[in-house]
Amino acid sequence: MTVTTITDAELTPKDYASDQEVRWCPGCGDYAILKAVQKALAELGARRERTVFVSGIGCAARFPYYLSTYGFHTIHGRAPTIATGIKLANPELDVWVITGDGDGLSIGGNHMLHVLRRNVDLQILLFNNEIYGLTKGQYSPTSRRGTRSPSTPQGSIENPVSPCAFALGAGGRFVARGVDTQQAQVVALLKRAHAHKGASFVEVFQNCVVFNDGVFDSFTAKDAAPDAQLHVEHGKPLVFGANKERGLRLKPGALALEVARVGDGGVPLDEILVHDETNRALAQLLVGLEPPEFPVALGVLYCSPATSYEADVYAQARAAGFGRDVADLGTLLARDGTWTVE
Amino acid sequence: MATTTPPRARQARESVVIRFAGDSGDGMQVTGSRFMVEAALAGNDLTTFPDFPAEIRAPAGTTYGVSAFQIHFGGVDVTTPGDAVDVLVAMNPAALKVDLKDLRLGGTIVVDTGAFTERNLAKAGFPASPLEDGSLASYQVLPVDITRLTAEAVKTFGLSTREAHRCRNMWALGLMLWMYGRDRQVTTDWLRRKFADRPEVAQANVAALNAGHAFGETAEMSEHLVGYTVPKAPVEPGRYRAVSGTEAIAWGLIAGMRGAGLQKMIFAGYPITPASLLLHTLAGLKSHGVITFQAEDEIAAIGAAIGAAYAGALGVTSSSGPGVALKTEMLGLAIATELPIVVVDAQRAGPSTGMPTKAEQSDLFQAVHGRNADAPLAVIAAATASDCFDVAIEAVRIATKYMTPVILLSDAYLAHAAEPWRLPDLSALPRFPVRFRTDPAGFHPFLRDPATLARAWAVPGTPDLEHRIGGLEKDYDTGHISYDPENHARMTRTRAAKIAGIANDIPPQRPALGDDHGAVAVVGWGSTYGAIQQAVREAREDGLDVSHVHLRYLNPFPSNLGDLLQRFDRVLVPEMNTGQLVQLLRAAYLVPAEGLNKVEGKPFKVAEIVQAIRGVRPL
Repeated sequence: MTVTTITDAELTPKDYASDQEVRWCPGCGDYAILKAVQKALAELGARRERTVFVSGIGCAARFPYYLSTYGFHTIHGRAPTIATGIKLANPELDVWVITGDGDGLSIGGNHMLHVLRRNVDLQILLFNNEIYGLTKGQYSPTSRRGTRSPSTPQGSIENPVSPCAFALGAGGRFVARGVDTQQAQVVALLKRAHAHKGASFVEVFQNCVVFNDGVFDSFTAKDAAPDAQLHVEHGKPLVFGANKERGLRLKPGALALEVARVGDGGVPLDEILVHDETNRALAQLLVGLEPPEFPVALGVLYCSPATSYEADVYAQARAAGFGRDVADLGTLLARDGTWTVE
Repeated sequence: MATTTPPRARQARESVVIRFAGDSGDGMQVTGSRFMVEAALAGNDLTTFPDFPAEIRAPAGTTYGVSAFQIHFGGVDVTTPGDAVDVLVAMNPAALKVDLKDLRLGGTIVVDTGAFTERNLAKAGFPASPLEDGSLASYQVLPVDITRLTAEAVKTFGLSTREAHRCRNMWALGLMLWMYGRDRQVTTDWLRRKFADRPEVAQANVAALNAGHAFGETAEMSEHLVGYTVPKAPVEPGRYRAVSGTEAIAWGLIAGMRGAGLQKMIFAGYPITPASLLLHTLAGLKSHGVITFQAEDEIAAIGAAIGAAYAGALGVTSSSGPGVALKTEMLGLAIATELPIVVVDAQRAGPSTGMPTKAEQSDLFQAVHGRNADAPLAVIAAATASDCFDVAIEAVRIATKYMTPVILLSDAYLAHAAEPWRLPDLSALPRFPVRFRTDPAGFHPFLRDPATLARAWAVPGTPDLEHRIGGLEKDYDTGHISYDPENHARMTRTRAAKIAGIANDIPPQRPALGDDHGAVAVVGWGSTYGAIQQAVREAREDGLDVSHVHLRYLNPFPSNLGDLLQRFDRVLVPEMNTGQLVQLLRAAYLVPAEGLNKVEGKPFKVAEIVQAIRGVRPL
């Protein structure tokens, strides 16, 4: 996929940083994501004046203040609505939405559903730390059952929502997943998301060092990562492990995946599923994989472009002569019949 | 063949109130609207009052399925839909049951006897037919089997029984057009256009219309069937059309966008009665630069409007009371980020779901004060359907000039009510071009115009003005986030001063009728205009020293309002709520204002206000 952007001059990641002091907790995963975003913008040659970051409320939502682009820090859960209004007013703008698990899937779950199904051309970055950080550590809609928090002293009894499964269910046409510390991959995902016309949904597992430290260790810790992470790539077999010695195949006689050993003493590589990012059913299987039985699937899980919402809106508007009669109020007022009193 | 009878002499009437009432499926709104057009074309002044149930199709024949359309037309200045009905057209027993109470004693009832079946009488709760038991002795009853006569008139067109039955409203309309000597050509043309793809339906409706008319012309059945003349009203010369409040707001918003020099309007709404009409109206006006967006909820609708304003378009959203409640937090964001949006609130009876199709003025407090923290914004209200046009332009002017959300208060009555409107001189409409900031020198997003205190409007896409805004408090001098206590106090005062300063940029308050001093000021706002105007006129004709003061600007008030009210001995404030403006006036000016309050989901009657004026008249 090629991305064409017009640039005035070569900008470096530093050029996308604002003059504001970054104020997340030391060690917060948000720092790494901020760096990745700045790097991605530089590599994309994004024009700062045409780029807008819109956020809701939460730790992640401070993001726009730290970028030198246009930015709008809105209210809790509502960033997709404001981003939609921006795209309707000016479809030429490059609009990013920054949200979190509470912002995007609890208070703003409804908007997330609709912005995805409408397919508004936005890059939506959901930082999932499975906790409410800014309000001091309550369990969130992605927290696992049993999560102890100030509001769940005996452990959460709620079933978590999977952001990527939600995005697919809502009709999202670009769904990807990364880990905060894996900068190169996150940059690559952001560039893919940017290239995708329509709503691109990127979940980033983000470690909250204060309230939920190590919650993703089971698949992000150095020693666990190779066996617990599956980096998917379109057209490549779904293999993982330090030596790519394991892979996913369809479980015989069931609509389910299973892990198989590849090569010596295992199955031949051609029995392993090849990733097809345009296959929605496969994506639905991939987003549901969880340790310890399965690795966590990372990368572009689903990408199947279609016309974006604002493009369709303006296509309809143009068909109806959009703006043609702005200067001609008289005709509008006189239609449906007038009469004259002498 | 009908024999030609010599024309009976028509009687003269200065003004007449007709109410068409029937089942929700009987087409009463269309019937009334068509009568309105024919009366307007004949030069009458008029006001209409559509009154329909919340149920889309209530079970046929029931009292809660009754839909009515009232029209008051005449050769005088008509300001209200009329206190009492002169002619009630009742298409079934339920309509008679519901609407008889508003008919004046001695008034005329036209009933479709064909619909007065035992079954329909039972559904309406009549133990015996009121046409036969003498209970209508105080009225002039004109029983006509409209059902049968319509069926005969349309039988040659091959319609189904059901379709033929649906032509009854045109038969009734034809009779009423005859009764008041009104033409029916425009309605005939309209029917042909409306049913262009089903010529037989068009022909049948025209035939029913003509048959109703011919019935009046030829029937000798009753002394109650009398024709009337209603003279032309002494209206200003000019080109007129009929307009509803909803249409006038839609067009006013477009005129406002033009006045501001903006290229597009993003109108975002969520379906809610009675505000949805505005969404529907604007959805058809894309060629005028309007993009409509049906959002997933009320919050998303205002969010999209704010996003659009941020990106440099005219952002507008609309709702009714419960929906505006949901938009509250977003209004706070628009206030904090100082972005220009217009919020149209078509008020309805509440609290909660209340009575969705009935008008009330009970969102005034919500509009003026209904937000967390000190969150001032501008509030203006439309008085009549045609006033909606000017008020919508004014809402856009204030929003863009002061970089503030503006709430435009309308109501369920204004949303539907229609009246003749003299087309404005387009070249004389206000122009108030916005200036987007493009100069980076010394820029920060909260840089203010010293005169208006409005912040700079710098839209994404402008090079070298990249900036960040949000709901967090900003530093007055840099626009960066600030938690400094003194800065917050300064910003709070500045936001308040900006809104208060609008008072210097609006016309001083003048009485709508009467002197600027005297015994009684009747102070109103919104759709009570017509009833108050007529009441004050009648009271003055009776020699009472009373004036009508009608407020368009509710926040801030016009700068002279306090002085004006002090010049009256008594201040009477009629409102369709339990006393909201009256409290605001008392709080602002320490005047002993007295409320006159009605919360029945219906407009004031003129007589109710006249009575109150007399009641508070100093001895």
